[in-house]
Amino acid sequence: MPKEFRLPSLGENVAEATIGKILVKVGDTIRKGQTVLEIETDKAVAEIPSSLDGKILEIHVKEGQKVKPGILIFTIDEQTGVGTAPPEPVATPIVEKTPPLQKETPIPPVVEKPTPLRPTSISVGTGQKPKSDIPILAPPSVRRLARELGISLEDVPASDPSGKISAEDVMAYHKRKTEGIHVVESEIKHDIPASEIVEEVEGSSSRDSWGPIVIESMSTIRKKTAEQMMRSWSAPQVTHFDKANITQLEELREAWSKKIQSTGGRLSMLIFTLKVVAEALKKFPKFNASIDLEKEQIIYKKYYHIGVAVDTEYGLLVPVIRDVNKKSIKELSIELPQLAEKARQRKLALEELQGATFTISNLGGLGGIGFTPIVNAPQVAILGMSRSSMEPIYQNGTFVPQLMLPLSLSYDHRVIDGAESARFVRWICNALENPWNMFFE
Amino acid sequence: MPEVIQTQVAVIGAGPGGYGCAFMCADLGLQTVLIDVEKNPGGTCLYRGCIPTKALLHISHVISNALEAEKFGVHFQKPKLDIDKIRKNVQGVVEHLTGGLGQLTKLRNINYIQGRASFLDSNTLEVFLMDGRELRINAEYTVISAGSRPALFGQPIDSPDIMNSNTAINIEEIPERLLVIGGGYIGLELGTVYATLGSEVTLVEVTDGLLPGVDRDLVRPLEQHLEKVLHQIHLKTLVKQLKPQKKGISVELEGADIKKPQQIFDKVLVSVGRKPNSSGLGLKNTNVSVDEKGFIRVDEQRRTTDPYIFAIGDVAGGPMLAHKATHEGRTVAEIISGKNVAFEPQAIPAVVFTDPEIAWCGLTEEQARSKNIPVQVSRFPWSASGRAMTMFRGEGLTKLITHAETQQILGCGIVGANAGELIGEATLAIEMGATLEDLDLTIHPHPTLSETIMESAGALLGKSTHIYRKTSRKE
Repeated sequence: MPKEFRLPSLGENVAEATIGKILVKVGDTIRKGQTVLEIETDKAVAEIPSSLDGKILEIHVKEGQKVKPGILIFTIDEQTGVGTAPPEPVATPIVEKTPPLQKETPIPPVVEKPTPLRPTSISVGTGQKPKSDIPILAPPSVRRLARELGISLEDVPASDPSGKISAEDVMAYHKRKTEGIHVVESEIKHDIPASEIVEEVEGSSSRDSWGPIVIESMSTIRKKTAEQMMRSWSAPQVTHFDKANITQLEELREAWSKKIQSTGGRLSMLIFTLKVVAEALKKFPKFNASIDLEKEQIIYKKYYHIGVAVDTEYGLLVPVIRDVNKKSIKELSIELPQLAEKARQRKLALEELQGATFTISNLGGLGGIGFTPIVNAPQVAILGMSRSSMEPIYQNGTFVPQLMLPLSLSYDHRVIDGAESARFVRWICNALENPWNMFFE
Repeated sequence: MPEVIQTQVAVIGAGPGGYGCAFMCADLGLQTVLIDVEKNPGGTCLYRGCIPTKALLHISHVISNALEAEKFGVHFQKPKLDIDKIRKNVQGVVEHLTGGLGQLTKLRNINYIQGRASFLDSNTLEVFLMDGRELRINAEYTVISAGSRPALFGQPIDSPDIMNSNTAINIEEIPERLLVIGGGYIGLELGTVYATLGSEVTLVEVTDGLLPGVDRDLVRPLEQHLEKVLHQIHLKTLVKQLKPQKKGISVELEGADIKKPQQIFDKVLVSVGRKPNSSGLGLKNTNVSVDEKGFIRVDEQRRTTDPYIFAIGDVAGGPMLAHKATHEGRTVAEIISGKNVAFEPQAIPAVVFTDPEIAWCGLTEEQARSKNIPVQVSRFPWSASGRAMTMFRGEGLTKLITHAETQQILGCGIVGANAGELIGEATLAIEMGATLEDLDLTIHPHPTLSETIMESAGALLGKSTHIYRKTSRKE
């Protein structure tokens, strides 16, 4: 049914106005709130929103025409089903009463706040990312500065409450980042190989005399690993190899695996090794020590914090499990996967990377029959685990298939001698072969 | 074996992108070769595009202004047109500017080679010189800025009466009846020129509106003006056939409001878009890849899929605008010189130099809606601008598209006299991350059209002086 859209009252004492511009034409479908025409009065211009939804059937005024409030503007075919229009406020004829100042001026705010077509899809998680369409609040010079420093503007906090990022913000972020690295560096001298992580710089293609190359800046992890390895390399080190028969332990692991899993843990051979190594360190204190050549002292640690090397897409990280000697197999099987996951998600806290007295590097999952790990200075020994395999072992006059785990222990020869290392590793192998042996030692 | 030139950078095509790139390369100390078929740098923009059309449009504006002056009591006689002088003057402007660029090329010690280049491999170009000689260029890096050309309408028809933008600017005579195919900016600009010079211009557009993609409220005042200037505008109309006659072109039109499908026009201007010049460059001898529309694929540093080759300007994708190409070219020069920069504008302004002009930058209202970005839109009608009214140009409109929450300026659209001169401010506002309040609090000179940007910002804040609206602010 056609409805009429009339010019609403234009406020106090406005008796006449000029139709400035008609913003719609016959056949247009208009929405409530949509600006449909402009009205000029003396020196002011007002935009008039529609109070109806529907299709315009006829326009009864012309641009430039002088009109009075209440005049018929459009006839609209109100569409059925489109939200019922409230009682028309527009049909009010010219009211001459002077309304209380401003209170009833019925020219609604002309500010359009277009509701997005599908308002719900703006919310996060629907696959729409409206944010990316909105330029980041930073002038071109600042964007360029950030790019040159290898900084992503999304990471830079703005000091201005408006969210606008200034050159100072970028420089401050850059400084924090580089200083952060310094802090870590001083820590590393005593402790850990790699810590803070930064964005890898995008590769840039180029070429040298022989063909195309790609130059990439080292990530912080890479840099720190390199520095730490150079430091560690200064220690004269030897690697000792042995094999542990873990046939029975593997049966035990399989038997308990489900149960541990139900508590949220993951029972791996590494868990047993951790536990055994902690006991071995108690037995062989030299392996849980560091050396101070200047003072000509060996420092024996009375805590057993073991670092576990974790391979992440950003590089090698070595989170530390504290007080391994005090933790049960069950506890360790829960803690280790959590730490490893945190490392992969770059969520490790600095202290979770510090304070280890010994390190285990397990490459068993990837293969290999043995490797020579580098001692993680200032620690004095590191244990490498390679892939275990079924081997024919000569027992009681015959060959029997046994699951053998290759172990390699690198040690700092300044502190530890070959025989000690052989005993240490053999002790570990024995403990892995017959875990209960530990209880009788 | 032809002569071989060694260089660090070779730039193919000396339009605004190519010469902008070459000049910057030279300024950064890179050994640079610039190759183009013309005598001097300039490209489409200077020889066949922006510059000659603007010179013609200026003439057209003078004529229409003189006509309009009657409204306010100034009467001129009907203009007498000396077509040869008009054409020579336009050519004079072009020669002056391109000659200047030639000078600048020499001063920068750029090796300018007049010829046509194509790739033999990623680092070797074969160049056929205009004087018939042939040479090779061995370049560490090559920048392709080969530009674009007018798109054909169907099969090519060989007739002097069918023009494209390249030929239409060399006005030899004023056709009595001109058909313009395509309601994009080229058709509208050149259609206006011919109409004010005396042609009876009919314009057909296949879609349902002129300037597709531009917000309708910006196009409307232009439409109203064009309805007066042009003879007829047919939207949603197809050109079924063009057939050259002894005199003129026979045209078959199909559309709802076409009463006479078969008509004869003296000339037809085909302005149905532009195509990238990506063929004929020997790209198959490189690792450069091209998309289905013929644009060379590039990353944000304008590197192609070949590590030694960059592409900029029209050939590397839209918007096909000279200033976008220049910016890309300068960026690429910096990248080649070793800087880690990228082409990352937040707004590229576009201007249609019709009467009234239309200019916009950043996000349009249509885009905001289709991308579901929560925006607020503010419109300031020029009928409330003192300056616009003194020019008798109240039909203009300035609008700002801002983020609904942060009030950051995301886009601006202007229709009205000199809109193109005004859009620069809005572009800067977007690049600088300005908010509505920033624009509202910046003093603009009175009485100027630039105030409409300030007032448009104020309007949305409920603080515009010359727009009244009840504010929701509470005391």
